Parts: sequence; structure tokens; C-alpha cells
Amino acid sequence: MAWTQKILRVNLSDGSIKVEPLNMEWADQYLGQRGLATRYFIEEVDPKVDPLSPENKMIMATGPLTGTMASTGGRYSVITKGPLTGAIACSNSGGFIGAEMKMAGWDMIIFEGKSPSPVYLYIENDKAELLPADDLWGKTVWEADEMLHKKHQDPQLRIACVGRPAEAGCLYAGIINDLHRAAGRSGVGTVMASKNLKAVAVRGTKGVGNIKDPARFMQATQEAKAVLAENAVTGEGLPAYGTQVLMNIVNEIGALPTRNMREVQFEGAHSVSGEAMHEPRKSDGKPNLTTNAACFGCTIACGRISTIDQGHFSVENKPEYWGSSGGLEYEAAWALGPNTGVDDLDALTYVNFLCNEDGFDPITFGATFSAAIDLFDSGAITTEHTGGMELIFGSAEALVWAVEALCKGEGFGKDLGLGSKRLCEKYGHPEFSMTVKGQEFPAYDPRGIQGMGLAYATSNRGACHLRGYTVASEVLGIPEKTDPLVTDGKPELVIAFQDATAAVDSSGLCLFTTFAWTLDNIAPQIDAACEGEWSVEKLAELGERVWNMERDFNLKAGLTAADDTLPKRLLKDAANVGPAKGKVAGLDVMLPKYYELRGWTNDGQLTDDVRSRLSLPA
Amino acid sequence: MKHVIIGAGPAGVVAAETLRKLEPESDITLIGDEPEPPYSRMAIPYYLENKIDAAGTHLRKSADYFEQNNIEVLQSRIDAINTDKKILTPDTGEQINFDKLLIASGSSPVKPPIEGMDLPGVHNCWTLADANQIIDRAKPDAKVVLMGAGFIGCIILESLVSRGVKLTVAEMENRMVPRMMNEQSGTLLKQWCENKGVTVLTSARVSGIEKGSQHPLSVVMSVGGALPADLVICATGVRANIKLCEESDIETKQGILVNEFLQTTHPDIFAAGDVAQGRDFSTGQYSVQAIQPTAVEHARIAATNMTERREHLHRGSINMNVLDTLGLISSSFGDWEGLKGDDSCELGDNDRFRYLNLQFQDDILIGANTLGLTQHIGVLRGLIQSKTRLGKWKNKLANDPTLIMEAYLATVQGQA
Amino acid sequence: MQRSLQIDPGKCTGCLQCEMACSYENEGVFNPARSRIKVFTFHQEGRFVPYTCTQCDEAWCMQACPVDAIVLNAATGSKDILEDVCVGCKVCTIACPFGTVNYNSDTGKVIKCDLCGGDPKCAEACPTQAITYINADETGFDRMRAWAGKSDNQPRVQ
Repeated sequence: MAWTQKILRVNLSDGSIKVEPLNMEWADQYLGQRGLATRYFIEEVDPKVDPLSPENKMIMATGPLTGTMASTGGRYSVITKGPLTGAIACSNSGGFIGAEMKMAGWDMIIFEGKSPSPVYLYIENDKAELLPADDLWGKTVWEADEMLHKKHQDPQLRIACVGRPAEAGCLYAGIINDLHRAAGRSGVGTVMASKNLKAVAVRGTKGVGNIKDPARFMQATQEAKAVLAENAVTGEGLPAYGTQVLMNIVNEIGALPTRNMREVQFEGAHSVSGEAMHEPRKSDGKPNLTTNAACFGCTIACGRISTIDQGHFSVENKPEYWGSSGGLEYEAAWALGPNTGVDDLDALTYVNFLCNEDGFDPITFGATFSAAIDLFDSGAITTEHTGGMELIFGSAEALVWAVEALCKGEGFGKDLGLGSKRLCEKYGHPEFSMTVKGQEFPAYDPRGIQGMGLAYATSNRGACHLRGYTVASEVLGIPEKTDPLVTDGKPELVIAFQDATAAVDSSGLCLFTTFAWTLDNIAPQIDAACEGEWSVEKLAELGERVWNMERDFNLKAGLTAADDTLPKRLLKDAANVGPAKGKVAGLDVMLPKYYELRGWTNDGQLTDDVRSRLSLPA
Repeated sequence: MKHVIIGAGPAGVVAAETLRKLEPESDITLIGDEPEPPYSRMAIPYYLENKIDAAGTHLRKSADYFEQNNIEVLQSRIDAINTDKKILTPDTGEQINFDKLLIASGSSPVKPPIEGMDLPGVHNCWTLADANQIIDRAKPDAKVVLMGAGFIGCIILESLVSRGVKLTVAEMENRMVPRMMNEQSGTLLKQWCENKGVTVLTSARVSGIEKGSQHPLSVVMSVGGALPADLVICATGVRANIKLCEESDIETKQGILVNEFLQTTHPDIFAAGDVAQGRDFSTGQYSVQAIQPTAVEHARIAATNMTERREHLHRGSINMNVLDTLGLISSSFGDWEGLKGDDSCELGDNDRFRYLNLQFQDDILIGANTLGLTQHIGVLRGLIQSKTRLGKWKNKLANDPTLIMEAYLATVQGQA
Repeated sequence: MQRSLQIDPGKCTGCLQCEMACSYENEGVFNPARSRIKVFTFHQEGRFVPYTCTQCDEAWCMQACPVDAIVLNAATGSKDILEDVCVGCKVCTIACPFGTVNYNSDTGKVIKCDLCGGDPKCAEACPTQAITYINADETGFDRMRAWAGKSDNQPRVQ
């Protein structure tokens, strides 16, 4: 039945670890990972909880297809209340630790309380123990990873870990697993560190069996893999260029947010694109891209492994950065590049390395840094704040300085850890923060891709591209092409994407499969693996249920319809160039329609009808 | 051509097979002194545990295997060799002449020179007959004293514990398996055994065995005191079976001296396996190894050279061993004690019973010791035997010795 | 013509589909820890190296086995473990200088690649053709095996 049907409950306050059976009734309604973990979370946590208090909980959850041969079946999610947003936080990661958790025999791990001193959770199949992490505290993720591998003498040990900024309270720290995969957004790493939990190290050798219908499962997964292989995006574009395939495309349609979203096209886009990563550098004749890399079970392999020129100013005399590591994904490349005006590919790669090494979200970091440049430009902060560094768009030196300051937690680096909303409020210019619900935008300008404006505004975890990726339709024509510049039909589109995404995020599969797959390809795989009957309709309804449950939590946490909005820069300042020239984000026409289609009230509240139709918990 | 092989253990059988492949027409006679078909002592512990029946210990499984391969198998004892006339006189039956002879007579357990070793209830664990005696006496709750925590002692621990006996191990040296494990890993192994309910006495010499009062036997310790016992198993080491060479011109020391062709001091007589004092890969010296892989290696080379068609050089066997002590697996390779003044690195985790020790000469791996490691350990042999220069991987290994597989792939296979 | 597994690490993305296919075929579960093929990651070099038994002619494992539990499969050329004969002594795990015979503590026996009887599932599952099953004389395994000759104690008497 694909679930292990076992949960590990770790109470960090008293050090107890309990084994619980999985609530199979809930599994039938919420599947796994995002949906099921959120169901547990809302049952157990007061929505008003302070995200960084011991009363907040954090759940690491796999899906039923995690650890199976289904392509991309290696995902896990971290569910908690996010410190950046005060909303439900749900960050999804690939790599290998999700599958390892499953191989060790666990569907999810619920962390509660706060340890009196730094600890890490060590899991070896049935055995789970909290071990002292005093020696790991204050270390980067990469340092701690090496220490743990050595200590446990097991190269196959899979590790998820938080870095120094998380310990120091940076509000957008992520949890890094397998050195360069991340549950990156919304500050889930900050929550983990607030519990004095430095790392989770897992070794699982039990494997994943108990598939409902093994023969049908193998056939379904094989057919679905063929669909991925034959698709232009998942079979060609992503393997060749990673998500960075988007840089030039999005720039061309005038939807590449540039210089803290002042503009929508970046003159240096090509220099930091997926294509450029393949080109030999003038300096050393080698390309930035070393190889592409897959997460567990993934037949797409969009991951980038990059190597920086040893002579580049960022790594000169730092041989520890001369080896290859996780390279730029599109969102990170955008946040660190076009949005800060920097077109130096190796500088962006170095900053990305540090985001991984020390565990924080490159989107929020890049966007916070570009907001800082706006603050500097306006005179609200000066070289006195920065210890002499001039913050200007396009300065790779300033970018590298900023990331190092954040990692060390020194001086202005502490301010950068606030995220743009709090930083801009602190210095009196909240309008420079490009956020929804306190979380920074990713790499699609809603003036040029209208559906994304609604997706950002209504996203349950603050601005995000991974809750309803209408870019697929509006830019790439998946599943069918819609005009990115119009608002008509976008509420329907956003809802369809949001619900389908919530279902995929509950399965253990990667969202990127949906460039090629619809629920028609996914349902047969789940149905062959899991007890019960899993139709497309059931999954779509499950997605809607999950979405509404998250919304419900946020409303109870104190968020309102007023939080479903976008910054003025996007609502008032029209795009200055490109196809979207003269356009603002048309949220005002889309939002009421969205509420209506959701069956919510005019002020965005859930109705009893919705609750009963979706069997939502009270 | 008439080939005769003394000894029906792995070396004898592999030599017979090798000869048969190379010389389909020759006469081949294999002489063993035990009643059973050729069997493997390596399998006895598993027989003791009831994991296999007696047939499961047989070196070749089909009943008519040797007949099919036209290999004559005789049960006889050979006490002497007439090297001038090239004649063997077995204890039963007619004289046997040979053109070429392979001595693969193996080794036998050593009994310590103390009183009481002949008392009923004191046994070696060496032959299938010994094993059957032990099975008879090792009843649940029986008090058993195991003398010697060497390889053989350790490998039968599981079978004794699984029979529910009350077990005490007495080892003269300061740690378990001193020929395979250094102090740290040997000590960890002791801890492991004690956690499993076995009493382990190290630096503990048995001074004699007497008849007991409540139990049939009483094992007297040199430091004072005595251990009551229903069964005493002696596993204090083995010695090469070289007595049959005493009256001949075949020279012996610890074992039969052989050259790099596994040839003894008599040109038509070869030696292989536990009885042969063959070349050691690590030291270049000639010594008795008494391990399965070396026995097989010797046998193939000796047999090849017996055919006179080729001269195959024995460049030396790596002394190596793998041991399962109550589920904790240890291994040793080559010069695991290292050379004086050369580099080594080690990594231990006492809580999880893991230990790894690597010995280097320059940037070449020459020996290793592992505890609690079961995956890909063969590459330790690969690295040692190929004498591959590790280059930058030496430092990586010094920092984290668990990266042996990666180091192997990067250097030996050139894959990184 | 016998076929062999050909491995091209340059094409490997490290997805571990091969390990899952292998463990599923042989153990009935998705479990890389029980796979006969393993992908090793060289993080600093950005390289993934799938690795398994080359079914070498020397067959060190087969020769070292004290109970004749490893046999040559005449059809495929693979050296197969007879699980009901294997006593679990592990001598083959130290004898194989390629490190491709491993002990499985769950069963008390050893495991190694047997080419799935001539239809290797790893090759079938590999999405990038990093693992293929092709005519033996076209593979690069000779190079992999070559080092063994450096101190070859084994006369070839196959």
C-alpha cells in the first residue's frame, strides 16, 4: 500500500521518541506529504502559535510514492508555521533523504517542543535517537554534513541540516539535504533551528515494498516515464538546461523582474541563462555547468552541478569552493542575477553555493538584497550601515559581500536576515519590499504573466511560483496555451493549477513532472501503489481539500483578504518595455472572481458549503 | 603422468580439478584421511548452527563428482614419503607411486601442553567428527569453556550461543582475535560479545583441566580460581601437518618450504594450502597463512606447475580474513599492523561497534582492519594487491577512511 | 555472442533507478541498500559512477567459495550465487578485489550481480543509457579488469 503506516513523534523538550501508526482514514483523504502532514499539523497546532516558540511543530513528511520506482518519487515536505509569513509553511525538497526516510520505515516525523541544548536526530531503520549536536552548532551545513558522515562512518547516510543563519534567526533559512537540495522557502529552517535541532541523519536499508499491485505499478510507472522522456520540456529542455531553460524565454516575453521589479527585462539575461552555463568561459575555457544531476528516482535530471572558475574573484584563494556543487536553478539565478542587476554567472554560482552551504533561500535573499539596494538608493541606508560597501544594482562585489555578511551574521548581514518586508519597514520604506504575506516573489513578473499575479496573491505560503504555476500554460502552452497578458480565464486557471499541485505535492512526486504529466498520468501510478481507489477526480478533490485546509489555517492564524494582495509597484507602476509595456497586474478583476469560484465569501472566508462538500475538519 | 595429492581439503580438490582441466589423460589420485567426502572446515560453524546438514559442508555437491571427473579419491593416512622412489605407503592398502606429488595435508589444532586435555568432554573444533561431539554436549544451559578467542573460537561462538549454553571464553592474549585485530578493534569485539551474554576473559591462561564436582570438568586458571564446565572446546591455534615429511629430504620450518612455483625442495613434489610456507604478498617473506583464498591460489598455481607445461609464478598471497562473531563482522587485509614509521589512519565508533584502520606505505594501501563493515570490502584487497598510488585520495582517506570505495574507483578504475 | 553490461559514467545522473530496478527484481522491494549495482557519487568532481560485477574471467569469488555455492552460468557468463548452498562465510566478499560481492545480513548470505539471467533490469531502467547491455567484446570492461594482471596470481585455466 506504499505507506509504511508509521510515524515517528519526536518531543525535543523531553527527548522522548514515540512510534505511532499512521491515521489511515486521513491517508485516504489527504494521501501523504503536504496534504497529510498539514492535516496532522492543523489538528495539533494552534494557528495563533508563535512560529519560533516551542509550541510550534515541524513535520517532515514523505508521500506514498516516495522511495518507489515512480519517476521523481523521492520528495518530502516540511510543514510548519512559517516565521517569515505567519502562515502555513510547506517546503518541498528532492535529493535523497526523503526516500531514505521511507526506506528506514517512516512516513513522517513530527517534531515538537524545543531541545534544551543542540541535538540531531539519528535514524537507522527502526532505531531513532536524539544525539548531542553541540559540536555541530555554529557549523555550516557542509561542515556538519562531513562531520556526521565521518562520525557515523557511513557514506550512504542522508542528512538534512540547518546552517548558521538559521541558528542566528535569519527568517528565511531553509533545510538543506544532500548538500544542495533544499526545503528552501518560508523559513522552515529557522523553525528547525529554533528547536535546537541541527540535523536529521537517516539511514534506511529496509526498502519500500508493500505496493498494492506491483505488476500494474511497474507498468504504470514505466508508461509514465516514457511520457516524460518524449516530452519537449521534461525530455529535452530540463535535462539540457535545467529550469534555467526559462531565463531567456521569460526575458523575451517581458516578464523577467529586474532590479527589484523596477523593470521587466534584463539586458544581461543571456549571460546568466541556462545556455550560458554550457558555454566555455573566456577565462579558463571551461563551462560553468559540469553535469546535470537527478534527485532520487528522477528520470528528468534537471539539477545542475556547476564549477566556478578558480580565478574568479569570489573564490580566489578559497580552494574549498573549487570543486563542483549544486549550480543555479532558474529562480535562484533570477533572484541573484536580474533582480540585483548582476550578470556575472560565476558570482551568482558562488552565492548560490553559499545559500546551500549555509542553508537559506536564494529567492528571498536575492530579493531582500535588491530591496536593500533600493533602500540605499533612496538614502534610507548608507555606507555607515554597510561598513563602507556601496549597494548598487549590478555590483557582483556587493552581492558577494552581502551573502558573506549574512552567513557570518555580522553587521548588516543581520539586517539582511530579516527578509525584505521587515528590512524595509525597519528603514521606513515598506513599499520597496516585493512580497506577499511577507514572502518574496520569484522570477515571473505578474505584469507580463497575469495569472501569476493572482497565484502570488492567493498563495497559502506567501508569494510563490510552486503553488499554482500558470507559467506552464501562459508561457509554455501546457496543457494549453493561454495569453499571458489577459486576466480573463485566469482565476479558473489558477484554481486548477493550485488544486492539482496540492495533489501532486501530497504524492511523493515532483511538480516538474506536470510539464508532461496531468493527473491522468499520475492517478494510475498512485492507484496501483496505494490501498483504495485513486481516480483523477479523487485527486483533484483532494487537492482542493488541501488548499482549503491551508487557507482555513491561515485565516485562523489571523490573515485576512487584505493579505491577498500585491505590492504597489506591480499594481500601479506599469511595465516599461517589452510585450507587457503599459500593463499592471490585474489583480482587482481576478480576485473577486477567484473567491467566487472557490465558493468563498466576498472577503475570502470559507463557507459551510465548502467545508461540508470537502469534508474539512472544523 | 600420475599425479597424487595428499589432502582432500580445498587445496587438494582445487589442485585435482586444475590438473584434470590441464591434463585430461593423466591419472589423478586424491588422498584424504577422514571418512567423509571432501568437505570444507569453513562450513563447520554453519553445520553447528543447524543452518546446513553435513552434505552442505561438502566441497563438491554431486555424489559422483570426482568419479565423473576421473579423480580417484582414497581414504588413507600417509605418514611418510619415499622421495627417492616416489612412493607413498598408506596406512591401509597398497603402495602408491607418483610422478608428481602435491602435499596439501593442511593443518591440525594445537593442544596446549597442560594437564587434562585428554579428559572426556574436552574437544577441538576442527573436524566434522569434532563438531558432532560438540553438538552432543552443548545442551541448553550447559557450562561451556572455550579456550582461545582466535578465528576458530570466534566463528563458532554464534553456534554455541544459539544452542543456549552458558559460555565463557578464555584468551591468553590481551584481546580477542589478536592475529587479526588490533587492540582497539579486538577490545570492541570483546565488548560486543559480553553484550550478547558471553563471558570473555582476556590475558587469561588456562593452567590445567581437572575433573569437577558438580560439573564433569573444572578449568583451572593460572591467575587462580577455576571454571566449572560440561564441555571444554580447545581452539588455541593450528599447526601445519608436516610430520609426513620428517624422514624425507623435503625441508620444513613452520610449514613445508616452497619456492615461487610452490615447489618443495624436491623438484617433483609441491605443496599448497595450510601446510605450505608460501610467499606472503605484503612482506615478501615465506610464511604459513592457513586461509581459504590462499589455499585455492596455491592449489591452482602448484597444479599448473605440476603439469610441466607452464611455469606459473606465485607472487605472494595476501593474508586476509573475514570473521563473523555473533553477527559482528570483522576483516583484516595484508599488513594491517603497518610498517614502523609509516602512515595509518583509523576511525572508530565504539557505540556502534564500527572500526576502520588503513595502513599506508607512501601513498599505497598495504593493510586494513575493519569492524562492522560489510559492503564492498573486497576493494581493500583490490587496492592492496594492485599497489595503486592513491595520490590525493590518500589525504581524503586520512580524513575519512570510509571513502575506500570512492578512492578505489577514482584510482584503480580511473573513474572519477 | 555473450553480452556484458557496459557502463558509461559520463551519462549517469545519479537517479538510482538502476538500484531500485535491481533490488525490486532480486528482493521484491525498492531498496538501494540491497542492490547489486551501486552508483557512487563524486561530489567535488560532479560525477556519478554506476558500478557492479564485471563477471570477470578470474572469478575470484567463485574460486574462493569453500562450498561450491558460486557457479558459472553458461548461458550468460555470469557467476551466480546458489543461495541454498551459500553458508554465508563471506570469504568471497574479501576475495573479490572489485568489491562487488556483498554480505546481506538479513539473509545471512551474499549477493552479487547475476545479470538477471540475461535481462538486466538496471540497463532497462536507466533513463540515460549510462548502463547498456551489449556484445561483450564491445565493452570497456577489459580496461577495468586490466589492473588485475598487475599481480595476477591466477593462471587462466577456464
